[in-house]
Amino acid sequence: MAANSSPSNGAKGMTVIVKTISSWVKMLIFLFGIYIIITGHLTPGGGFAGGVIIAGSYVLLMLAFGREFVEENLPLRWASRFDCIGALLFALVAVLGLILGGSFFVNWLFRQQILPSKALELVSAGTIPLSNIFIGIKVGASLFLIILVLSMFRPAHLRGEKE
Amino acid sequence: MELFIFYALMAFVLIAAFIAVETRNLLSAVICVGAIGFGGSLIFLFLKAPDIAMTQIVVEVLGLVILIRATISRDLTFISGDREFFGMVVSVVILFAIFMAGIGIFRQLPDFGTAVYTRTPEAASQTYVSRGLEETGASNIVTSVILDFRAYDTLGEATVLFASIIGATAILRKKAKKLPEDLDE
Amino acid sequence: MAYAWCFLLFMTGLYCAVVKKNMVKIVLGIIIMEYAVNIFLIMLGYRIGGVAPIVGKGELAGIDKVTSAFVNNCVDPLPQALVLTSIVISLGSLALMIALCIRTYERYGTFDITEIRRLRG
Repeated sequence: MAANSSPSNGAKGMTVIVKTISSWVKMLIFLFGIYIIITGHLTPGGGFAGGVIIAGSYVLLMLAFGREFVEENLPLRWASRFDCIGALLFALVAVLGLILGGSFFVNWLFRQQILPSKALELVSAGTIPLSNIFIGIKVGASLFLIILVLSMFRPAHLRGEKE
Repeated sequence: MELFIFYALMAFVLIAAFIAVETRNLLSAVICVGAIGFGGSLIFLFLKAPDIAMTQIVVEVLGLVILIRATISRDLTFISGDREFFGMVVSVVILFAIFMAGIGIFRQLPDFGTAVYTRTPEAASQTYVSRGLEETGASNIVTSVILDFRAYDTLGEATVLFASIIGATAILRKKAKKLPEDLDE
Repeated sequence: MAYAWCFLLFMTGLYCAVVKKNMVKIVLGIIIMEYAVNIFLIMLGYRIGGVAPIVGKGELAGIDKVTSAFVNNCVDPLPQALVLTSIVISLGSLALMIALCIRTYERYGTFDITEIRRLRG
């Protein structure tokens, strides 16, 4: 968006070097975000940091290739849908605690020993990894949405409606 | 040695803050705020908070993108000077008074390096540390606090984030709603 | 000493938000204040020679218990949890403030708040 709005750069996006490097790196950043999310209950990280990293991978694509490229892959309405879906699923986990465990936000999967739960293993800690995943989806989608909305706004002197 | 690096980082952050406040170029000020953020994340690492350090770094990158979006390709990035002289003098005097009063308060706090929660035996953090793994199964105590013991905080955080997105989207609509006096022109 | 440093950083941000007349500078002052408060909250829970609140293999005693050495050395996890949500919220509020600034710039053509006050009468 910074490159788009500068008048000297007519083509969409940045130079070939930036495009090549970012197309190599984008999946690595995305995978790192997913890793941070799903091991959030064992190592530093969690839903917040991982969600922001996933949003950062899309922002990298947006800076390198231009906004239209990203909007073909993840349109605005799908980003807002992911946002709502993440928030609703996180609330659903809490309501399931109310139904199955006796109170809101109780860790019902861990209390009732449904899954084998041993410390320091990936499948442990009951609902905490589930909540981490949903929080990650919600935070990533919403931060991507904010930057997309900020870059879609064109001020009047760039739209050509100068008074 | 470790303490020396810590104090050097603190001095770096403070110098970056002074430059960010006093420089005239807006882009330089934004970059100095980025320097404060990265120095702050290193300080978090020294204070044994790796979760916060990781989150601070990635949030700082996105925040810099947003801030540079606001400042680049704007014509008027060189607004120098402060507000009118009398108001500035009054506000500086008031700030100095607040600072002197605050310094007195900081003497009553416990020394740096003694965690405050160890002074009260019934503190909630004692339970979180000693029984966190047992009651939630998560080995990252911070995650167990966020998503199990105090999950209402996370619910409120999601709500606030949602509200801020709705606000930003409503402010940046394509067609601005006309004010009543604009229709007269 | 370290607490006073946090307070000095906070006062720097407050000075920037009160005295400057550029809108983006005011936003930057608010961001500096947020940093100062976050670092102060983390400092309250720090203890010298402490360990991060993450249980490793060496700190396990039995199946689900932590060793007493971990309990006696761990830094406070509660301020870290609070600051973690605060950082993400600060990014959202930053986006909201920047949206306001951009909209105001398009409406009035300047970031100068004294000019805006003069224009509106």
